[in-house]
Amino acid sequence: MSQESSRIKKAGRHISQNEGLIFEKSAPGKRGFELPPLDVPPVDATKALGAAYVRDAIEGFPEVSEIEVIRHFTRLSTWNYAIDLGMYPLGSCTMKYNPRVNEFVARLDGLASEHPSQPANVAQGCLRILSDLQKCLLEITGMDAITLQPSAGAQGELTGLLLIRALLESQGNPRKKVLIPDSAHGTNPASVVIAGYEVQNIKSNAHGQIDTDHLREFVDNDTAALMVTNPSTIGVFEERIAEIAEILHSRGAFLYMDGANMNALAGITRPGDFGVDVMHLNLHKTFSTPHGGGGPGAGPVMVKTIFEPYLPVPVLIEKDGRFALDQNRPRSIGRVRAYCGNFGVLLRALAYTLAYGPGIRQATEDAVLNANYIRKGLEGHFDLPYKLPSMHEAVFSDARQKKHGVNTMDIAKRLIDYGFHPYTTAFPLIVPGALMIEPTESESKEECDLFIDAMRAIAEEAEKNPQLVKTAPHSTRVGRLDEVAAARKPVLRWKPSTSGEAAD
Amino acid sequence: MYPADYRYTKDHEWIKVAGDTGTIGITDYAQHELGDVVFVELPKVGTTLKAGQSLGTVESVKAVSEIYCPVSGEVTEINSALAKTPELINQDPHGAAWLIKLKLAVEKDADALMDAAAYQAYVTEKQKEHSA
Amino acid sequence: MRYLPKSDSERKEMLRAIGANSIEDLFSTIPERFRLKHPLHLPGPLSEAEIIQYFQARAEENARGYTSFLGAGVYQHLRSVVPDAIIQRGEFLTSYTPYQAEISQGTLAAIFEFQTLMCQLTGQEVANASMYDGSTALTEAVLMAERLTDRRHVFIARTVHPEYRQVLQTYAKHLGLELSEVGFTASGQLDVAALDPRALAGAAALVVQSPNFLGVLENLPALAEIAHGSGALLVTGIAEAVSLGTVRPPAEADIVAMEGQSLGVAPSYGGPYVGVIATREKNVRQMPGRLAGQTTDAQGRRGFVLTLATREQHIRREKATSNICTNEALFALAATIHLCLLGKQGLREVAEQNLAKARFAQAELEKIPGVKRAFSGPTFNEFTLEFPRSVKLINAELLREKIIGPLPLGQSYPDQTKRGLVCVTETMPRTEIERLAAAIRRILEKPV
Repeated sequence: MSQESSRIKKAGRHISQNEGLIFEKSAPGKRGFELPPLDVPPVDATKALGAAYVRDAIEGFPEVSEIEVIRHFTRLSTWNYAIDLGMYPLGSCTMKYNPRVNEFVARLDGLASEHPSQPANVAQGCLRILSDLQKCLLEITGMDAITLQPSAGAQGELTGLLLIRALLESQGNPRKKVLIPDSAHGTNPASVVIAGYEVQNIKSNAHGQIDTDHLREFVDNDTAALMVTNPSTIGVFEERIAEIAEILHSRGAFLYMDGANMNALAGITRPGDFGVDVMHLNLHKTFSTPHGGGGPGAGPVMVKTIFEPYLPVPVLIEKDGRFALDQNRPRSIGRVRAYCGNFGVLLRALAYTLAYGPGIRQATEDAVLNANYIRKGLEGHFDLPYKLPSMHEAVFSDARQKKHGVNTMDIAKRLIDYGFHPYTTAFPLIVPGALMIEPTESESKEECDLFIDAMRAIAEEAEKNPQLVKTAPHSTRVGRLDEVAAARKPVLRWKPSTSGEAAD
Repeated sequence: MYPADYRYTKDHEWIKVAGDTGTIGITDYAQHELGDVVFVELPKVGTTLKAGQSLGTVESVKAVSEIYCPVSGEVTEINSALAKTPELINQDPHGAAWLIKLKLAVEKDADALMDAAAYQAYVTEKQKEHSA
Repeated sequence: MRYLPKSDSERKEMLRAIGANSIEDLFSTIPERFRLKHPLHLPGPLSEAEIIQYFQARAEENARGYTSFLGAGVYQHLRSVVPDAIIQRGEFLTSYTPYQAEISQGTLAAIFEFQTLMCQLTGQEVANASMYDGSTALTEAVLMAERLTDRRHVFIARTVHPEYRQVLQTYAKHLGLELSEVGFTASGQLDVAALDPRALAGAAALVVQSPNFLGVLENLPALAEIAHGSGALLVTGIAEAVSLGTVRPPAEADIVAMEGQSLGVAPSYGGPYVGVIATREKNVRQMPGRLAGQTTDAQGRRGFVLTLATREQHIRREKATSNICTNEALFALAATIHLCLLGKQGLREVAEQNLAKARFAQAELEKIPGVKRAFSGPTFNEFTLEFPRSVKLINAELLREKIIGPLPLGQSYPDQTKRGLVCVTETMPRTEIERLAAAIRRILEKPV
C-alpha cells in the first residue's frame, strides 16, 4: 500500500536524529557546568548541618557535558510540531503566532531579575506593567475591575466562582448550584466543585445553543451562576445572551463567562456590555503567550463593580502616579497563589496588546475569516452537525467517514502525514466524533488552502483506502503508541536498574 | 452468550445469586463498549451498598464508568486479581472478572432484574440504535 | 499589521469564496446593539522598537543596580545561558500540550526526564509533569492527602511560607477542611510538644516546610514518625530546591510539594515558576496534574504518552482529582536542562557554595553589636537574625545605599518585628556581604 500521496504538498521527509534518555548518556566525571571559585571559606556540610541532615550522592543523576545537553534537547525538539512550523488548528486552543519580541522583553534585566518581595518603591516598573495590562484588558472586555493573580484559566474560573460565592454570602445565602451547559470545557465542572457548589448540567438545544425556556425552569433561588462559554465550544455566538443574563439576574444569580474563545470577540463586542458579571481570559490563547508544550498560562478575572471588594489580595492600587500593593482587604476571598501571578506571562500579553492597539479588531476579523473560509472549503466533504454561522472555529463530525470505518482520530492522525498538527478530536462532547478546527488569524490564505486540500484528500482516502487512514500516521518517528499498556502498567520514571531494557 | 442463571441490569451489570450471596460483574456488552480496561476501583470489604448505588469504577484509557450495585447488601469479598490484571474484564467478563461478592440484604431482590433472554433483547435493541 | 499574513485583496477573495459581502456579515449573529461602534481605547499600535523601548523604560523603574538579600521563596541562582537558548526553540516554545504523542515526542521525553529528576531530588517514587508553582502545589498536596485518608483535619506549621498558607486557606474554606496551625520552638523547628496526639489521631496530614520560612531545616524523620503514628500523612513543602544538593531529601514524607524556581528559572517578579508534586507509587491515582509514561508502538519502538488521564478534569469533569489543566511545561523543561548541566557534581557544589556563603554572611553580621541569630536549628542559605531595631527602619536606610535588606518577618509574624530573614546564594560576592555588614553596623551605630 502506498503511504505517500501525491497530494501531500506541505510536508516532505527528512532525517531526524535518534536519541536516548539523558540518563543513558551519563558517565562518571562528565559535567556541563562549572562554578566560579568560592570567595569565602568552604564549609563542610556534615559539620555545619549534622550528619542526619546531609544527603548521599544521588544514584543515577545525570553526568553529561554541555555539548551533549545541547544535542540531546535539540534532537528532542525536532520531534515536536510547533506553530513556528505551520498551522496548528486545535479547536478551543487558539494556537496563534507567539511574537518573538515578547520573548525578548520578558528576559530584560530589570524585569526578569526582579524579586516579588522587593519594596514597591523599587518595583514601580513591574507594577506599571501590571497596571497598564489591567487597563487594556478592562477596555477589551468592558468590565470594571480585575485581578491578574490566577495562574491559568482553570484557576481563573475558581477565582471567579469564589467571588460570586463571597458576594452571595454577604447577601446572606451563598446558594447551592452552578449551571453548566453540556458543551462546556471540563475545567468548568471541576472548578465548581472546588468552590463548594454542585454542578447542574443543562442541555443545549438542536442548534447547540442554550435553550432559554429550559434555562428559565432551572434557575431558582438555589442557583448561584451559569457558566457560559461565548462563543460556545461549537464556535457559535449565543444570540440570546442578553436574555440569558436577564433570566439569571431576575432571580439573583450571575452570568459567568469562560473567555476561552475571546479571540472571536476582541474589538467587535464586549462581554461587559452584553450582561456578563464575572469572566476570565486565557492569556495563552487570545493574547498570544506561548503554550510551551503545556504551560505556563495566566487566567485574569474581570468583574463588575459589585464584586470588587472581594478580589484576591493583594490588589494593585495607584495614588499620585505611584503604585502599591494593597494587602488590607477585609472582604477579600484571600489569595489563590503566591505573589502577583505569572508576571512573565502577563508582560508578554501586554506586549501583544500594545503591538495591535485598537487594531486588535483586525486580528479578530482575520481569525473569523479563516475559520469560515475553511468551513466553506470542507462543507460537502465532512458532516456539519450544527449549521449556525461559525465565528473563530468550525466543528464538523466524522459521520460520513464512519461509514467506511474511519473516525475523527484516524483523520487527525493522517493529517500529521500531510504536515499539519491535528485539530481537536474528542471535544466538544455534544458532537460525537468531532473535528474541531480553529485556524486563528495567524494563517495565510495559502496555508488555509493547503489545509483544505489535505482534508479533502483524506476524505477521499477514507472512502477509497480506509486502511491507509486507519493506520496513520506513517511518517512519524513512532507510530500510534500503546496507551493501554502505558495505563495498565505505568512506567513514569527512568530507573537505573531498568535502563538496559529501556534502551533497546 | 449471557449465562442463563445470571440476572442483568439496564446499566449492564450482572449478578449471580447463590443462597444469600450475590456475585456481581459487568457484562460482555459493557466491556465491549468500554474498550481496553486499564483500572478497576472497588469498595472495601464490609461496605454496605444500596441497590443503584455506585460500587466503584472501571476505567479505559479515556473514559471512566461508574458501576452500580444491582441489589442491596454488604460487601464480603472483592476480586483482588483485578488490581494487577484489569484486562481480565475484557477477557472473561462473566467469569474470572467478577468484581465483588455481596451478602444480600433481601434474598429475592435480584428476581426483579432482567433474565438472560430479556437482557439479550435489550442489548440487541441498543446495538440497533447505535448502528442507526 | 506585521503579525497578520494577509493582503486586503486576499481578504476580499476569501470573503467572495465564503459568499459573504463584507466582513460584517460574518459577525451577524452578534446582536447589533452589542457590536462596538467605535475603536477600542487602547494604547498602540506600537512597532517592535517602541515595544522594546516601553519595557526598557519600565526596567529602569525597578531595582536595577541594587544588591538584594531577599529569598523567602524566590532565589537568585546562577543560570547557564543554555536552557534559555533551548526553550526558545520554536518546537518547544510554540507547541501545545502533547496530547498527539506522535508529533510531541520531544516534549514528552523531556517531561519523562523531568519526572525522573524530581524523584531523584526528592527521594520519592513518582512525580508529575509540574504544577503552577510551589503555593498551589502545596495546596494540591493537602487536598490529595484528604482524598487518600478520607479525613478533613489538617495540621500546618506556622513556619510554612505565609503566602502558601493563605492559598491553602482560600481553597480549604469551601471544601470543609479544618486547618490548625502549629507553632515553633526556639530552634525555629516545629513545636512537637504543641501537637495534641488526640487531635492528630483524626488528622489527614501534618504539613511542614523544610527549609522552613525561618530558614531552618525540620527534623523530617521524627515528624514522619509522629504523623504516621496517628495515621496521618506527612506533607513536606520545599521552597528552596537547591537545598536538595546537600540536604537529606524528604524520603519519609508521603507527599512532597516543591517550588522549582531555584532550578534555573528567573525570579520574574513572582512567576511563571514550576511547581512539583512527588509521592509514593501507591498514591499515584490520587495525584493531580499531567503525567508522562513510557510505552511502545506496534513495532516495539520506545515512545512516551500522557497517561492515567482519567484522573483529570477533561475526562472526569466534576469528579476529577483537581481542576488543574495547565502545567508549567516550558519551565519544567528549563529546570530539566539546568539540572542536566549541573549534573551530580555541580548540584552538590552549588548547594555547598550556598551553605558556605550563608555561613560567612551570618558570621559577619553576628559580629555587629546587638545582632544575633534568632533560631538555633540548622540552616541552609537563609537565616533569621534579631536586630536591636525594627527591620523595616533598617531596610529604609539600606535602600539608600542600593541594598535590599533582610525580609522583615513582622509582615507575617506580628510578634517578630525586630527579626529579618537574610538570604545569601552563590551569586552573592563576598564584597557585597561585607558591604551589607558595614552598612548595618553604621546604621545601628547612629542614635535612633
